[in-house]
Amino acid sequence: MHDRGEWETEAPIDRTEHPLADWEIIMDALVGTLSAADVMNVDELRRGIESMEPSAYASASYYERWLFSTETILGEKGILAPGELDERVGR
Amino acid sequence: MTFAPGDAVRVSTRPHDGHHRTPAYLKGRVGTIHRLHGGFRNPETRAYAGDGLPEQQLYLVRFGLDDGDCVLADVFEHWLERAT
Repeated sequence: MHDRGEWETEAPIDRTEHPLADWEIIMDALVGTLSAADVMNVDELRRGIESMEPSAYASASYYERWLFSTETILGEKGILAPGELDERVGR
Repeated sequence: MTFAPGDAVRVSTRPHDGHHRTPAYLKGRVGTIHRLHGGFRNPETRAYAGDGLPEQQLYLVRFGLDDGDCVLADVFEHWLERAT
């Protein structure tokens, strides 16, 4: 799903810039910090993104994919407990 | 390193389960070595909590297109085979 080079498409390329939301900037900083601290690396980040269900991948934004992957990888490493994030945000 | 600039190489078509950085659209394609980037940790193990060692040689490979343009892509040595 992620490896889409050479896929046929008639869709135009969207080259417009969009302002980043606060959470997207924080997401970027979080991944950079986890990487600098040797907790999670970019290859793990990419592998986590590639593990998304195709429909979830397709409907997620760039940083939503980072969030999904970071939660997945930190869960694997036992840094986040299952459901911990949902609990903390009161879901 | 196995390859030198100008060498003809084919990208392996072997199946690979799991994370790797070789794009599907290049597999089986023949290109020429443009230059050597050097040794880098292997994403295929580093993506699974490994250390990515030993480092693998990473090349910039040039793939010619019919219209005279080209695609330049980074490909690890262990995904390249010598082409004639």
